[in-house]
Amino acid sequence: MLRVDYLTVAGLPPVSFEVAPHECLAVEGPSGAGKTRLLRAIADLDAADGFVYLDGEERREVPAPEWRRRVRYASAEPAWWGPRVREHFPAAAKLERLVLSVGLEPKLLDRPISELSTGERQRLGLVRAVADEPRVLLLDEPTSALDAQATALAEELIRFQILAGRMVVLVSHNSGQVVRLAHTRLRLPGNGRAAVVERVAA
Amino acid sequence: MSYIELSGTDLALAALLLIINGAISIAFRLGLAISFAVAAVRMGIQLAAVGFVLNFIFAQTSPLWTVLIVFVMVLVAGYELVQRQESRFRSWLAYGLGNATLLLVGGLATVYAVVVVVHPSPWYAPRYIVPILGMVLGNTLTSCSLALQTLTEGAVRERAAIEARIAQGATRIEAFGTVLRRALNTAITPLLNVMSVAGIVSLPGMMTGQILAGANPAEAAKYQIMIMFVLTGASGLGAFAAAFGGVLLLTDARHRLRLDRLASGPA
Repeated sequence: MLRVDYLTVAGLPPVSFEVAPHECLAVEGPSGAGKTRLLRAIADLDAADGFVYLDGEERREVPAPEWRRRVRYASAEPAWWGPRVREHFPAAAKLERLVLSVGLEPKLLDRPISELSTGERQRLGLVRAVADEPRVLLLDEPTSALDAQATALAEELIRFQILAGRMVVLVSHNSGQVVRLAHTRLRLPGNGRAAVVERVAA
Repeated sequence: MSYIELSGTDLALAALLLIINGAISIAFRLGLAISFAVAAVRMGIQLAAVGFVLNFIFAQTSPLWTVLIVFVMVLVAGYELVQRQESRFRSWLAYGLGNATLLLVGGLATVYAVVVVVHPSPWYAPRYIVPILGMVLGNTLTSCSLALQTLTEGAVRERAAIEARIAQGATRIEAFGTVLRRALNTAITPLLNVMSVAGIVSLPGMMTGQILAGANPAEAAKYQIMIMFVLTGASGLGAFAAAFGGVLLLTDARHRLRLDRLASGPA
């Protein structure tokens, strides 16, 4: 269970919500409402007041790198620190299957990062985020650079993560995607107004 | 050892070369004559003052005076180290890091060189401590400065890549891996170059000085080799300490990247 309790990102009203295993919560709101900042605060990438509990443990009780191995933030524009694709991934047997599952060739792993398209980078960023099986996935617009076919494959991977018992927090501007994946939604209205949590009507 | 003392007339004769430069500047309207004069007078006053101060300190031969001058030298070098940075830290911590690094590495290397290698009597004799510390600080300052500069530039330019590694669960040292290695490389490469060409392109300053002062060139070479080891060792260690300290200043205890601590960074 991921429990966010009065998490206060600088300049925004406090936010509280819960996500259980096998569940996905969608975060919606206009640009500048603080969606990315909220995800970064949950992963403890930015300092914020308030509490985030994973299975009863507050983030400050866990060493920060360990927290981020369990609570994974994946940016809409994943960044790469080395010249080759493969060095960004843990050596896992299922890596090639994950790459195939989002519609990419495994031989892409041996190519230089600079040769990848934006869409390929975004899909590999999603694979990188899920490859070492974190408990919580904080996905920041994971399909913003993808065409319909690639989006469907990426959603399939996210759905599989939910079925496998992970907790997913999804930022998305695609209302169809929210209906397809999310069980609850958190509206960040912006302008200093409080966030609202509601069920997603299927 | 014997050497020829210089008289005021000798200095005036040497200055003649500069005066010719000044005359050329005036003739061709380079606008450099005044700058030449100011810089030359400044250099003369500074060096004469240092000569007086050292004369006084050498005459004291008290550990207290030696410690005092060591602290003054480290403080000046630490200030200079921070001033050289293009993107400075907001807080006084940068001065703390600079001074701590220089004091620790420069001080230890100097004490080690003097006490263990040269072992004069008494060990705190300022005649040995002060010039060796001066050379060590000057060199360590340069390599620390290069390491910090490369580190902060890299952190700003590769912010996204560093944060991507942090988000994947890397520690701050792991996340800075590439940037940290580049900073150390940049700081240490010049040291290797200086060692490689020592004595081929030009004679090192200290060896030249000893030879002019009447020392046997073979003896002067031994001193120079010793000093090279100490300088390079201290500079390398200083670069390590400054770069790792810099990573700690650019991150916090929760392994977050904190570019807001740079004066050029986000508020």
